[in-house]
Amino acid sequence: MQTNLMINGTQQQLELDPRTTLLDALRHHLGLTGTKKGCDHGQCGACTVMVNGRRINSCLTLACMHDEDEVTTIEGIGQPDNLSALQKAFVSEDGFQCGYCTPGQICSATAMLEEVKNGWPSHVTDDLDGQADLSTEEISERMSGNLCRCSAYPNIVEAIRKAAGEGA
Amino acid sequence: MTEHFKMDAPATDRRLDDMAQGLVGAPLDRPEGPLKVSGTATYANEWQVDGMVHGVMVRAPTNSGRIVLSNRDEVANLPGVLSVIQDERLLRNPAQGTANQAPVQGAQHAAYVGQLIAVVVAESFEQARHAAQSLQVVLENGELMPVDPVTAAVEAQEDQALDQGDLEGAITGAAHSVDVTYTTPSHSSSPMEPHASIASWDGDDLTLRGSYQMLKYNRNELADALGVHPDRVRIISPYVGGGFGSKLGLAPEAVAAAIAAKELGRPVSVALQRQQVYEATMRRSETSQRVRLAADAEGRLNGLGHDARVSNLPGETFAEPVLQASHFLYAGENRQMSMELARLHRLCAGSVRAPGEAVGVTVLENAMDELAHEAGIDPVELRLRNIPEKDPESGKEFSSRRFRDALESGARAFGWSKRPGVMERREGEWLIGYGMASAARINVLMDSQARVALQPDGRARVETDMTDIGTGTYAILGQIAGEMLGLPRDRIDVVLGDTDLPPAAGSGGSWGATSSGTSVYVACQAIRRQLAERLEVEEQDLLLKDGRVTYANQTKALGDVLQGDEIVKLGYVQPGDTSEAVRQATFGAYFAEVAVHAASGETRVRRMHGSFAAGRILNAKTARSQCIGGMTFGIGMALTEELAFDPRDGHVANHNLAEYHIPVNADVPQLTVELLEERDDWASPLQAKGIGELGICGAAAAITNGIFNATGVRVRDYPATLDKVITGM
Repeated sequence: MQTNLMINGTQQQLELDPRTTLLDALRHHLGLTGTKKGCDHGQCGACTVMVNGRRINSCLTLACMHDEDEVTTIEGIGQPDNLSALQKAFVSEDGFQCGYCTPGQICSATAMLEEVKNGWPSHVTDDLDGQADLSTEEISERMSGNLCRCSAYPNIVEAIRKAAGEGA
Repeated sequence: MTEHFKMDAPATDRRLDDMAQGLVGAPLDRPEGPLKVSGTATYANEWQVDGMVHGVMVRAPTNSGRIVLSNRDEVANLPGVLSVIQDERLLRNPAQGTANQAPVQGAQHAAYVGQLIAVVVAESFEQARHAAQSLQVVLENGELMPVDPVTAAVEAQEDQALDQGDLEGAITGAAHSVDVTYTTPSHSSSPMEPHASIASWDGDDLTLRGSYQMLKYNRNELADALGVHPDRVRIISPYVGGGFGSKLGLAPEAVAAAIAAKELGRPVSVALQRQQVYEATMRRSETSQRVRLAADAEGRLNGLGHDARVSNLPGETFAEPVLQASHFLYAGENRQMSMELARLHRLCAGSVRAPGEAVGVTVLENAMDELAHEAGIDPVELRLRNIPEKDPESGKEFSSRRFRDALESGARAFGWSKRPGVMERREGEWLIGYGMASAARINVLMDSQARVALQPDGRARVETDMTDIGTGTYAILGQIAGEMLGLPRDRIDVVLGDTDLPPAAGSGGSWGATSSGTSVYVACQAIRRQLAERLEVEEQDLLLKDGRVTYANQTKALGDVLQGDEIVKLGYVQPGDTSEAVRQATFGAYFAEVAVHAASGETRVRRMHGSFAAGRILNAKTARSQCIGGMTFGIGMALTEELAFDPRDGHVANHNLAEYHIPVNADVPQLTVELLEERDDWASPLQAKGIGELGICGAAAAITNGIFNATGVRVRDYPATLDKVITGM
């Protein structure tokens, strides 16, 4: 079936098997392999993309459910010669090792910083009405949907804090 | 053009210390970082190969009997389906690390639940997945095979047995002794990238784009499995989404993709589903370990016993080498060790990060903590008193060993002196405890080759089939070459992960960096000698820095010396006499502060520190990250990680990331790591040792010892989940 997606600012018209997940549409049909498949069951976060500005697991949703939606993938966040502040901070803080979970981490963190900015509390936020601080606890809590088996977690936290401090 | 180097004598010249570029050891960013953070590094299942179709593998639902695909024809006729393949060349289980030949093969009989016994190929992934799920697998004439390591038949591992002195006598006469049995469950490597391969044939030549750690071995394993000559097989694996042992040996999807691609005449991609990674790649064996310690009134050991039982499938020789570090970590003249291998029908047991020490040192370190408590001696002090002068079994000298420094420095950095007494500190609902443990891991050098080309334009190119599985190979090989050739890091290109390049040691056993790094060093030394010849000076009199050559009070641009020529050298390192002449290992110490909830028994790691000594550090940033990663594996091992096997048929009951609990970000505090300055002349001419696994070799014990300090509860059955902790409180 036909699905229209606005991906990284480009309109894409796809003719897809209705069983195709958004993740597989990106990887198999658009060559956008920056979005990773780690579990295909919404358990690891490697496939995180932003749909209409919100982070989601692209393996848990069918592409045909997103007709006319705006999708931002890691490729849309920044390329090697034009990295976002967050991407640069992941490099400088060594916020990855093997790199497989990294695009998902960065998409997730990009959206997460917006959530904080918009005053969304998390499980560990003390003041539900105020602005959450980007403490280690807050960042770790909000990033716990993205697994990293190399366990760059402490460096991921530092990278996010650094990029946020620079007004990412 | 080949420069051979055999490690037969200690490299006391320490040539890297003479170099001027200042790259080796520096905490430089990974050069491939911009690709990884932008999603443009190409992993196995991401190559865009024309005409590629998709294969999905099918599992055996029970652990014995003849396999029949009862609706095979029906499935073959589903839309888009190209083939249903059940081939005798399919692997029963992955090859072990460095196997260099195919493991047991066959698709007619199942040996364990989850064995991958067929592959269904279709035009699209969705069609293949549906067809694979539709395939009915029936097992005929099977009765369930044994799956319980407690009751299964065992084989004594005589080559690992030790009986030195009189341990029983030592225990009888000891002022303090412990005799404890701990169990650790099976663990899964759980790399974030599932195993995947894309196979394409050009006539009789196979190209496999895979996710593998040790390509030269993997090529031979694949060729052997298919019955073709290794020269016909090329494996490409420039980026590997984590391995941790699970991608050491060739896995079933590679052979399935190759067979299917040959049959169909089209490139075939086969990626394991996450559940298949858990069910059909490798597990760390569960262990049962009895540790006996006998000490005098001051806590000095005069007896040490370590007996272990592990398991594996019939036909597999790998037995988790639990005792590996127990042979040399602590003193004690009366020593007894033994190992049993239970034969059972769970998925294959193989290497998971730091096979042996990860669980062996952990349990030894728990027993030492029990002894410290029993003897009323500070746990750090107990270890300091038991550092042996020489290897307590062979009498060999140690190479470099800053074990004492790691214990003392780590204790200072952590604030160990503020350790509370048992059950002494409480903050609200949380009981607070400190725990510590030693770290130890054997050090190994392996055959490795690399080609280095110094180009006329003053750039250099390093080529080897070595892999970077997140370990930092791209970074450190460039740093070594730049240091030796006097070139800034951005003038070095490092090309990895292709069997068309010189064969390397591969990533595993913590030997990758020193082995492949030494091959680069050896090639660069040969290039330096050739430069010196051109300038008619001794190599030692050359100063290479920033693309310039300084010698005999002159300075020239490298390009002027090369005069349009390229100098290419192949460096080939082989282990030699130093492997046997001394005991080589890496050492360290972990310190953890834990909080245990008084009402639920839940444990949180609040702080954790590691001090490590692993010879020369090649890149302080990537080395630290390796240590952090290992310590986090330790957190998982201590608190949450356990493959749960169904007691009836041995299937993995938690075959996914939602139920096999690896640590998440919120489980891991801001770990701190100290890397002690060290040079090990016996290990390699780099004076470096392996560091990729040291961070896990005992880490879990620091946490469980902390739980005891907080609560007075010893959990001797890993992991220390809240139900087990609360039972003792």
